[in-house]
Amino acid sequence: MDRPLRLVAANPLDRLARTLEALLVVASQPLSPVDLALAAGEHPDRVEMALGLLRERFQEGRSGIVLEKVAGGWAFRASREAAEACGRLYERPVERGLSGAALETLAVIAYLGPCSRPEIARLRGVAADSVVAGLVERGLIAEAGRDESVGAVRYRVTPLFERIFGLDSLSELPRLDDLGGDAEEIRGRLETVAEKRPA
Amino acid sequence: MTATPVRDLELDLEAFEGPFDLLLALVLREELDLAEIDVAGVVLTFVELLAERDELDLDACGEFLVLVAALLELKARALLAGEDPELEDLDPAAAAEELARRLAEYRRIKEAAAWLAERLATERDRYFRLGPAPLAPQPERRLADQDPEQLATVLRALAAEPPAVSLAHLELRFPPVEQFLGRFRALLSRRTQFDFDTEVVWMTRVEQAVAFLALLELRKGGEIDLSQAEPFAPIRVRRNAVTKPERSHAWTVRSA
Repeated sequence: MDRPLRLVAANPLDRLARTLEALLVVASQPLSPVDLALAAGEHPDRVEMALGLLRERFQEGRSGIVLEKVAGGWAFRASREAAEACGRLYERPVERGLSGAALETLAVIAYLGPCSRPEIARLRGVAADSVVAGLVERGLIAEAGRDESVGAVRYRVTPLFERIFGLDSLSELPRLDDLGGDAEEIRGRLETVAEKRPA
Repeated sequence: MTATPVRDLELDLEAFEGPFDLLLALVLREELDLAEIDVAGVVLTFVELLAERDELDLDACGEFLVLVAALLELKARALLAGEDPELEDLDPAAAAEELARRLAEYRRIKEAAAWLAERLATERDRYFRLGPAPLAPQPERRLADQDPEQLATVLRALAAEPPAVSLAHLELRFPPVEQFLGRFRALLSRRTQFDFDTEVVWMTRVEQAVAFLALLELRKGGEIDLSQAEPFAPIRVRRNAVTKPERSHAWTVRSA
């Protein structure tokens, strides 16, 4: 028996793109291509292609909604030009009032994590207990097992950390070597200071 | 300069705000955890104070050095309790090397923190929706077709009165050993020997046990001899021709 003729959409990829758009708008967290493929019932390769379409459609300057790749997935956010208006309606409480100590602790955990409070205290020379508790409360770090030898709780940064800082993954953090001088240089500076010290 | 510039030094630290004097008092009274105190901040404040003055107050500097050194030692002991015993044996050069290494490590962390702060500033205008992860739908678990009659049968079995628990073992009664002593003696007055197993085969388990005790009692008194061809073979009971209580009691029963 002949099957009845069906109207085929001009671009089936476009239809998948619309589905992905819908999934992303109901999501409260970034969705990975695998999440999207499973929900849409499509092959991940086609999902990637459709995401390419969407990325073009939802970009800064073209739309008030921007599609971004963040924290290992895809998510919608407001465009930067609407930030001021968004700020009048909402605030970003997670990072409000992050102290220098909190940022240093975050840096230690992001770079060297998972690591425990004693390890953080050792690096910073200041006890880390209250700072770590504050970061856990904000949801920027979370417990990640225990130190095998000492039994201290270890911490790692959360996907929320990546999202707040606009990172797709921790590999986007600049390399520590690129940031600071090495031990030799610091030692040289210490010696210079010692020589300059007035009698 | 004031008379006590060191103790009046006004501090504005992360964990403490007030004069140096008060900080020391709080630390000594253990009302403030030294681990929370940024000693470098104290030093910095003092150095800034020094820079503001034209002349160098050597007394004040000396006092400050002594106090800060004590503070640092206290803090180091608190932070490194039981840790790094190898540090005690470091010679000055190695200690300087270790210090430089740790400072470099800390400096890298500080720069990483600065990078994060900068990043936070540039990403501040990214607004997005935040919420808990939604619950994934639970896949429906379908049961195979069921026979209602089978269910009824199973329920009927559950509804039936359970069988009464037997309390028979609580009333276990042991017949007196004498009863068997008499029986075996009577037997031996008629026959010179018999097989224990054939005599007790019709008895209950408990009676058999007591009969065996009676047998041992007779053997102890020297009234009988016991023999057994091999373990678990029938026990042969033979009347002792002459009762000799002083005779040594060599066991011939090898059964377990």
